[in-house]
Amino acid sequence: MRDPACDHYVDLHETFSKRVSGEAAWLANRRRDAVGSFKDQGFPTTRMEAWRQTNLAALARVPFELASANTRAIAPQDVEAQAVPLFACSLFVFVDGRFDTELSARMALHGAVHVESLARVLAEDPGALEPYLGQLADAKRHFFTALNTAFLDDGAVLRLPPGARLDSPLHVVFVDSGRAPATLSHPRLLVVAGAGSHATVIQDHVSLGLTGGFTNAVTEVFVEKAASLELVVLQRESAAQTHIANLAGKLERDARFTSHVVSLGGALVRNDLNVVLADEGAEATANGLFVATGEQRVDNYTTIDHAMPHGTSRELYKGVLGGSARGVFRGRVIVRPDAQHTRAEQSNPTLLISDAAQINSKPQLEIHANDVKCSHGAAIGRLDKDALFYLRSRGIGEDRAREMLSRGFASEMTRAISVVPLRDEIDLLVADALEGSARREDAA
Amino acid sequence: MADENPMLEISGLHASAGGVEILKGIDLVVRPGEVHAVMGPNGSGKSTLANVLAGREDVQVTSGRLLYQGKPLQDLAPEDRAREGLFLAFQYPVEIPGVTNSYFMKASLNAVRKHRGQEPLDAFDFLALVREKLELVQMDEKFLNRAVNEGFSGGEKKRNEILQMAVLEPRFAVLDETDSGLDIDALRVVANGVNALRSPERAMIVITHYQRLLDYIVPDQVHVLADGRIARSGGKELAGELEKLGYGWLETAPTDGAAAG
Repeated sequence: MRDPACDHYVDLHETFSKRVSGEAAWLANRRRDAVGSFKDQGFPTTRMEAWRQTNLAALARVPFELASANTRAIAPQDVEAQAVPLFACSLFVFVDGRFDTELSARMALHGAVHVESLARVLAEDPGALEPYLGQLADAKRHFFTALNTAFLDDGAVLRLPPGARLDSPLHVVFVDSGRAPATLSHPRLLVVAGAGSHATVIQDHVSLGLTGGFTNAVTEVFVEKAASLELVVLQRESAAQTHIANLAGKLERDARFTSHVVSLGGALVRNDLNVVLADEGAEATANGLFVATGEQRVDNYTTIDHAMPHGTSRELYKGVLGGSARGVFRGRVIVRPDAQHTRAEQSNPTLLISDAAQINSKPQLEIHANDVKCSHGAAIGRLDKDALFYLRSRGIGEDRAREMLSRGFASEMTRAISVVPLRDEIDLLVADALEGSARREDAA
Repeated sequence: MADENPMLEISGLHASAGGVEILKGIDLVVRPGEVHAVMGPNGSGKSTLANVLAGREDVQVTSGRLLYQGKPLQDLAPEDRAREGLFLAFQYPVEIPGVTNSYFMKASLNAVRKHRGQEPLDAFDFLALVREKLELVQMDEKFLNRAVNEGFSGGEKKRNEILQMAVLEPRFAVLDETDSGLDIDALRVVANGVNALRSPERAMIVITHYQRLLDYIVPDQVHVLADGRIARSGGKELAGELEKLGYGWLETAPTDGAAAG
């Protein structure tokens, strides 16, 4: 069958391959395998189970070009206008997936642990990342992960030595420059949290242009024995952006991993989350918040895989959908035969604030062990009429009352984030998104 | 004071909820400075009257006239009524998860201030104001940072209503069974809060099932509501009579209007 979209990426890759030569054999192999993977799978269509609800027909028609590195520099204030530097956080900036030394203001950190450029690590110590890079995010089953790996070039790497405890969060900003229309970037983040280490990382996606670019992000997180990692993924790109992301995490014995996947921007957003509790006593918390208005599409596909005993997972994804926005939540929790004494909770409450907004929510438990405690649920609600009247009876206008109630609903997710200035920032972004929606609906 | 414009003038008010007529012809005039008590058995229409005044959408006015400060009240949205100085203390205050009490009250006060042509209060001035009012209702400052009414006890919710009233300083307040579910200490606190707000410019309707509240908030007039009509009106001594007789006599007592039907 003809697959022009896939062929386009094969062509792009040929050009790309000429540029990156003379690197470690393992990396060249992984890229080559990834090209094979995305060719085998073909560009996703709604005929494929994993993409049945996410229609990419429009995306397939756009001949995206790779974002090039050698155009005009970006002013720090342009980045700061989108991603406000957070109090007491170290800032690292990646433009179209590439590390930007100029824009990254590194604060002195205890033990000198910081976010590194993937390209630099590969150049200086080619073998160091071989056990990790591309080993978690499954390129064989995810077309766009294969695409990201095939175009592996630069990205962000955080290696926490065993026992390292970072007091200040690391703020990693991935900027889509929008320097040319229809450009594609492949942000990549690899975190290896060594045994007993602890850190908070913010993976922040912003875009400078208003053109419809395509961000295809892959994040791999290894949380080793008794380490604890908090990752906030904040997607606040422009309203025209397409954002496809795959976050894969693996937890070793007694490891803790908390993810917060916050989706606010973009025209079409698809987030995949795959977390494996690979050893005993691991604890995964998967939080999600998606706010969409207008014509936005935001889909979250999550899999929490309990492979070993005494694991705990808590998943809570909340959505607020207005305008004609549509959302999908697919949540799988797998409890494997060995994973006795698992405790797993999953829930997806969504608030629909307009008549035309839609959510398709399907929580799913697959339990293959007998001594477990699992629960799941989805709730779809509209704004509480009594609450709305209560606010209005105190002089608060109807639009503002709706916005306050929606923000209140969403705030449970922001309060779960440990970085206080980021909570406030996200609260404001949620308010902006909802206020904008109220204005647009007034005008209509 | 007799020739002064009424704060509220209700005439021939009929209202229904869910297609059922609940108010069947109410006439009531409240003048500035007055406190009127509305009493009556359950289902007599007391809360419906409160909801009509506040503008609740699921209660429809089918006929009659409602004038607030000489202007038709039905034309105003609930938020506009509040901005014009009307306040309803809810019988069942609503919990608002994720919205803090202080954020809510500040938004509310500033919406009202804006309508009055006053500058909004900043966080600092608001806190100073609200601290003073907290004292009036003997509430701890920690309630400011909690979500509105969430996890509040019955008494705390009612105090929170009076706190909001004290912050907003309405011209006309309707207290819908603010005494229900309160122990005697909480009742005193609530009553003190209400009494502190009594003034010649302000008027109130105090809706209650029991006479007990009226020992603390002494009304100028008492109206007894039965089956959607005012069955009797009188001075504060009427409340005492009701206490002795109960509401049973209403079924046999003659009413001013035509027979029910």
